Parts: sequence; structure tokens; C-alpha cells
Amino acid sequence: MAEVTVTVDGVKYVDNVEPRLLLVHYLREVVGKTGTPIGCDTSNCGACTVLMNGESVKSCSVLAVQADGADITTIQGLANGGLHPIQQAFHEMHGLQCGYCTPGMIMATSDLLRENPHPSDEEIREGLEGNLCRCTGYENIVRAVRRAAETGVSS
Amino acid sequence: MTAQTDETQAAATPEFGRARLRKEDERLITGQTNWTDNIQLPGMLHIAFLRSPFAHARITSVDVSAARNEPGVIAAYSGADFADEQGSLPCAWPVTPDIVIPAHPPMATEEVRYVGEAVACVVARDRYAAADALAAIEVDYEELPPVLDMREAIKPGSPKVHEAGNQSFDFVFANGDTDEAFRDAPVLIERTYRQQRLIPAAMEPRAVVCTCVGGEFTLWSATQIPHVLRVMLALVTGIPEQNLRVIAPDVGGGFGSKLQVTAEEVLAVLIARKLGRPVKWTESRSEGNMTVHHGRDQWQTLRMAADRDGRIRGFEVDLLADMGAYLMLVTPGVPILGALMFPAIYKMDAYSFRCRGIFTTKMPTDAYRGAGRPEATFGVERMMDELAAELGRDPFEVRERNWIKHEEFPFTTIANLTYDSGNYEAATAKAKELFDYDGLRAEQEQRRASNDPVQLGIGVSTFTEMCGLAPSRVLGAFAYGAGGWENASIRMLPTGKVEVVTGSSAHGQGHETAWSQIVADQLGVPFEDIRVLHGDTQVSPKGMDTYGSRSLAVGGMALVSACDKVVEKSKVIAAGLLEASADDLEWTPGRFSVRGDPDKGITIAEIALATFAAHNLPDGVEPSIDADATYDPDNFSFPHGTHLCATEVDTETGFVKIRSYVAVDDIGTVVNPMIVDGQVHGGLAQGIAQALYEEAVYDDAGNLVTSTLADYLIPSASDLPSYVTGRTESRAANRLGVKGVGEAGTIASTPAVVNAIVDALRPLGIQDVAMPCTPERVWRAIQDARGGSQASAAEQHAARQSDQTQGNSPQGIDTPDQTGGAA
Repeated sequence: MAEVTVTVDGVKYVDNVEPRLLLVHYLREVVGKTGTPIGCDTSNCGACTVLMNGESVKSCSVLAVQADGADITTIQGLANGGLHPIQQAFHEMHGLQCGYCTPGMIMATSDLLRENPHPSDEEIREGLEGNLCRCTGYENIVRAVRRAAETGVSS
Repeated sequence: MTAQTDETQAAATPEFGRARLRKEDERLITGQTNWTDNIQLPGMLHIAFLRSPFAHARITSVDVSAARNEPGVIAAYSGADFADEQGSLPCAWPVTPDIVIPAHPPMATEEVRYVGEAVACVVARDRYAAADALAAIEVDYEELPPVLDMREAIKPGSPKVHEAGNQSFDFVFANGDTDEAFRDAPVLIERTYRQQRLIPAAMEPRAVVCTCVGGEFTLWSATQIPHVLRVMLALVTGIPEQNLRVIAPDVGGGFGSKLQVTAEEVLAVLIARKLGRPVKWTESRSEGNMTVHHGRDQWQTLRMAADRDGRIRGFEVDLLADMGAYLMLVTPGVPILGALMFPAIYKMDAYSFRCRGIFTTKMPTDAYRGAGRPEATFGVERMMDELAAELGRDPFEVRERNWIKHEEFPFTTIANLTYDSGNYEAATAKAKELFDYDGLRAEQEQRRASNDPVQLGIGVSTFTEMCGLAPSRVLGAFAYGAGGWENASIRMLPTGKVEVVTGSSAHGQGHETAWSQIVADQLGVPFEDIRVLHGDTQVSPKGMDTYGSRSLAVGGMALVSACDKVVEKSKVIAAGLLEASADDLEWTPGRFSVRGDPDKGITIAEIALATFAAHNLPDGVEPSIDADATYDPDNFSFPHGTHLCATEVDTETGFVKIRSYVAVDDIGTVVNPMIVDGQVHGGLAQGIAQALYEEAVYDDAGNLVTSTLADYLIPSASDLPSYVTGRTESRAANRLGVKGVGEAGTIASTPAVVNAIVDALRPLGIQDVAMPCTPERVWRAIQDARGGSQASAAEQHAARQSDQTQGNSPQGIDTPDQTGGAA
């Protein structure tokens, strides 16, 4: 077992974990942050995307011990009360149906807009190609990201 | 098409037709969801399954004893441990009287028949320990020959999947004299098409949690069908139905894949009973790709006879449908729906349909978005394009020559379905306009003339489908094991708020929003004051669940019936409270008033409170205005539409780019246009994915080689185009006028895309490209058409494809010429 200190959504946690424990399992089952779901086992789907020190990572591809000392933001800690503008945009543009991919999509969008505050539709599609959705056909996800960009999320 | 809600609209504005933002979003966008895998219960144990590595083998021994000694392990079981109690997984759709339905034990005991079939399991304190201990289980197998190709499986001497043979059923339907129709037919089109096997791949993997306390079971499952599952679990396990509660919490997509009674659900129940502790199983994606039922998988041999003016005389359909290793819940029924749908929107003199259900040593197939209708629509819409090409006519001209005219509805088709409404002319006119059909045809001519390496293709799909499953009598006539009704109830709360209980079971469609809109209009209560409850057999005890685009046309109508009853009951109480005769009361949604004295009235909220108090109700009136209704439809509903796809096909690389896609759908009246557009978008994505990207591939030994999302290509945002959607409207015969929209996009789009690809390449003499139309396949088709100058790989490919590229029909009259992309 290894001791890790991880800040998750602004709260510091100290835990003893197996070295092989995936960050996503740490978040879901040790910290109890079940807002971050798991959609695959080959890091293709992006459902488990979180921010690690401000950059998006697929938390199924990171070990909990690699997150020692890191600052993790999950979908549950994105907003400072109320809805984050990206969450609001996904709601307003119907950018979700079943909602399973949504936490990952929103977290990936947050990183996308940090790097490129005013992406074209093509840049949005390419920027989110690591996140799979089976419900929306992506049309309204693209519109949601565009809306979020218009509202100036990155600032 | 903006998703904005205009909050300034007056409260009296009808909800029907408003793009209301969804009630269910808040929990989904903030991570407060209740997926089954989120559930943690005190003392909960985790199950991991050991699965067969062989497509076909006899199990000679299973030894789980060593696994029991592994750290954290509480129990380990083989099939023998469940033999007396596990029953057989159900098939509810015996499509013929002599159908072969093999025993299907949830955990294999003697023989395994597909890679991934469960043979043993470990129950441990955490999921890692459970997975680790699987390695300690010893299983000895005696390999048997796999059966992987339906066309081989039906030959005498083929190895058998089951003792009874490889054919499950042979279903036939015929109407009209096909011999006469085909005799001396001036035009005969014969084609064989392959509907490849697909993996539904809902984003949420399956998960199950089960508790057993004092003989009472609670099962949480990522299922589309909590109500059907409860009945089936009772029948399979013998556990009294009243002691089973099934909950579908938030469910992350289904597309038919969660319309199932699975081995893992049954085994979770049995393990919870054995151990008296809560148990959980969550599949990995690789496990899911192998063991969640697959979709499609047909060989279609199609013959169409026509006159020179394009009029269809006869249509013969002969299907081989891959059942996989066993028949699951509705496995045999899926291709049989094709019997009803192959004639589509077209009139003809004679029609015959035959479908043989064939066993192979692969994962069973079952419902996947569209379930039988995408396969049929693909077949007929491809054939209509082939007929048009044969005659040298525009694809729309040939379709219009045959389709049912708008003034001919209601119309009984050659498949004996009565289409209540439709207007194919209107949908087509709108689609052509949005698409700029004439402009794109002109560009296509230019590119052909200039020998452009990137050729333009235009694909047409004038589809219809049947949804609103279904009139119970019709289902009975088709030997389906249940009815097709739906239930709803309305609970009027004392504070004037409303609880709506529905037997539909949402998993992403937006029922909580749409149902609130319907009830708001019917009862005149604010949208915000309504809460929709679903997906728990204790909360919503009666239901037939969600699949087949049935929720609105059946469940929505049940809501309306329940609201009618609330109004009826309220009227009696209102009359008493207003000291007026019930006959003198007028109902405008939300309020009764006395005829001729509109100021004298009482609101539904006031009636609800007075009913709660029950102090001064009329004599003999029960103190309740709650109501329950079960609605059984008279007919299916028949959405239709015209979809147009423009593809740019690079003849040098084989790469296909969808340049534009226009979907004009007639789904009847629309409750929430925002939700409808979303359903169409998602449906299109899955249909396009079948055309271009997805295929479940087994190797020669029967191993699924597309078991991960690295190998099975679910398209991302960068793989798909933006869509243009439009609507026309012909009301369905039900009171709301609604048809259904969940599957339309998927059903329509696959042939639109393939027709577009073939249209681009037809000057080369190409009549078909097998799906998925990958760059390699398109490129090879082009090379083959150019004279087989490629190496043996291409020839091998051609040999493999021989059954699907063409029948023995004469070459189309669009012979390769100087206008083609290459000579």
C-alpha cells in the first residue's frame, strides 16, 4: 500500500491505496466522487475525464499514486455554486441525452476552451475526438461548446 | 432549431410543441447521477465472471476450490452450483410453432457456444480481488468445431451448434402471386446484401446490484425493462414475483442492448440469495462487447420484378438471420419484423418473405436500434436505387412511381399493415429543397465530366418504419409472449402538485420533460409542478417499458387516458363543491366553471386540496381524484421521411466524406422539438456508423477481435458531419397525433449513405460496396472495377465479397463510359 495525498474538488484527502489502483476507482470508490463514470477499459471513450493540475486526463489511465500531490477537479467540483457556464451551455443546447458521457465531455470542453477560447466547429470536433457519445450524434455537443465559448468560459 | 426556451411565454401557452429544456439535465451535468455502478451498500461483495476462451467446447471439469482461498474471496462458483436453480434464459418470441429454442443456462454447465459465455465466477470483497482470483479457477475444455458462417451452417454435414441442428426456424409470409409477378418480367433485379453484425455499445456498461433480505429481493440494473425483467426473473428462477423489486436507476443509454434478461442479472439474484449479502457486478467494456447482445447480422437475397416504366410487380425477400448461439428475449422476432417492413412505402402486386434463423457459435443477436426495420429498409432502399439505375431514371422518379400517394391513406400494404397517415410527396419536396438536390446533381455531372478524382454521390432514402409497439392482439398473432400496452397513473397531491407515474422506462430520451409537458396541457397545471416517476417496480408497478419507439405513442397515450379520468373524477367533486350540476360544468384545462357564470369556478388544485380534506364531498364519492390508465393501441404508428446524403468519394484513396446530410422526418405531431432533433441526430449517427465504420468481427476460431473500443470504431465528433433536419407533419390516428422518433434516424440513414457511395461510383460499373464502407473496401471496389490490376489480396477480397456484390442480374445500363471518374 502507498500513501497518497490528493486534493479533489478543493478538499485534501490522505489515503493508503494499492499501487495499482486507478485514479478513477480512487475517485469513485475511495473518495466517493461517483460523478465521474467509467465507459471503457482502453482509454478510448473519455467518460472518466477529469482535470489534473488544470489539464484534462482520462482518469482510467492514471494511477492513484501518480496523482499524489495533485489537484484534481471532477464534474462535481467544476462550478463554484450553481452551474458552470459549460454545464449551462450543455443544458441549454441539449448537449446530452443519457448523460453518461457528459461529465467527461464537459471536463474535456473545459480544457479545450482553456487552450483555444474561440474554436471553430471543426476545432471543436477535433478537440473532443477523445470523448465518445452514443446518443447525440455530437451535433448539439458542438453547439453547446460553441455556446460556452461565446459566453467566455475561459476568462 | 434553437434550444432556447422562451420563459416569457404566458402560462396558458400550450406546452405541446415547446422546446422545453430538460428536467433531467441538472443531475446529469453536475455528476449527481445514480448509475447502478455508483451504488455502495454495507457489506457489498463484487462478482467477477470467468468466461469461455473458446467459441465451442465441451466443459470437462471446472475446479473453483483454489479460488476460494485467494485473498478477499468469499465464494466461487461453477455452473454446477447453480444447476438446480438457474433455469434457462427466456426467449419470449417463438416466431413459428416448430421453432427450436435451445436451453440457455445463465452459467454454462456442459458446453460453451460462444467466446465470453460465463463458466464460473468469484465473489470477493472488492472488484480487484474478484478479478485476481479468476486466475485460480481451473477449467478443462474439449474443443468442438466453431460454426461461424450462416451460409456454411445450413449445409448438410456442417458441425452443429446444438444437437437439434443449426436452424432455429423457417418463417414465411406471402401475399399475391409472385410467380405471376416475376413471369416474363421486363426488369429483374437480383442482389445479395450483407447486414453486418454490430455492437450496440451504450456508453454505460451493464451493471447489476442485488440484495436479498428475508426472501425479498431488490435488483438494481442498468436495464431498459425493469417491468419485463421482474416478470421474467420470477419465471426463470421461481422466486415469487411479489418478492422481487426491480429498479432501473439512471440508465446510460440502451439502444435495445438493455432490452434483455441477462445471465448476469439472474446469477446476481442467485448469488445474493446464497450469500445473504448485497452483490454487485459491473462489466468492463471488453466484457460488454463480447457479451451484450449484438445487432443486425443478415444475408439478404432480394429479387424485384418491375415493368419498364419502373412499376414494381413483385418483391421476394429471402433472409438468413444470425441468431448467434442462443435465442434471447426477442432474438427471433427482430428479423421477422422485416416481413412487415420490406415493402416499405411501395405498392406492388405480390410479395414474399422468407427468413431462416440460424445458430452460430457467436454472441446471440437481439434488438439494436431499429430492430429489423433498419435491415429491411436498407434492403428495399438499396433495391430501389438499383432499379432506378437499371432503368436509367432518377431514384426519386422510380420511388414516386411506386409509393402510396398522400390521398390514398389509410392504405393497407401488401404486408397487411394499415398505414394510417403519411405524405411522402411533402417530405420529399422539403428534403430536396433543403438539400439543393438539383444543384448537387449538376455538380455531380460536372465532376463526372471533368474526371475529378473526388466523385460526388447522392443517396436517397424514402423510408418508413413501424413503431408504437404495439397492439396486443397483433403481437399475439405474431406469437410474441406479452402485450403491447402501457400504463400511467396520476397522483394529485394536496398542494396542487402532480406526480406522474409511468410504465415507460427512460434511459436518456427525456421522458421526465416530455411527460410533464403532456400532463401540464391535459390538467392545466404548471410544467414545474409536475414530477415524473419511473423505473422502479415498487413505485411504478405496471409497465411494458421503453423500446421500439413506443414510449410516446403508447405511454403518452396512457398519460392522456389517465388525465381524462382525473378530470372525470374531479368533475363530480367540483359539482358538489360548486353546488352545480356536473352537466353544467365546463372544463378548461386547470379549472371547472359553471356554464353561463364563468366567475364561478374551482381550480384543479383547489379540488385536490378539498379531496385531501374530504370534509364535504358529495355522498358516495371516494376521496380521490387519482387515476390509473392502461392504453393498448389500435395500430402501430408509421413515421416516415426523406433523407438525402451527399458523399465525396476519393477514387484514389477510397475515403468517403459526408458532405451534407438532410433528414426530413414526418413523425406526426411533436411534443418537444428540441428533444426530437436530438433523437434524430443520434439516430443518424448510429445509422451512418453502420454504413461507414462499425462491424463486429470474429476471427476463424470464433474470437471477437473487436472486443475493445480501440478495435470497434464508434465514431467520434470528428468522424461525423453536421446534420440538417426538417419536419413535415401528418397526424397519426391516435389522439395526440404522435408517431415516435427514437429509431427513425438510424433506420433511414444507412441506405442513404451507401446509396450515395454507390451513386458516386456507379459510372465505374460498381453496384455495391459492402458495409462498413471503409476506405479500404471502397478502394478495393474501385480497383476491382478498373480491371483487377491489383494483387491477389484484392482477388481474395473479391471472392469473400462475391455473395454480396451482385446477383446474376444484367449489368446496369449505366455502363462505364468516358464521363466516369476513370476509364
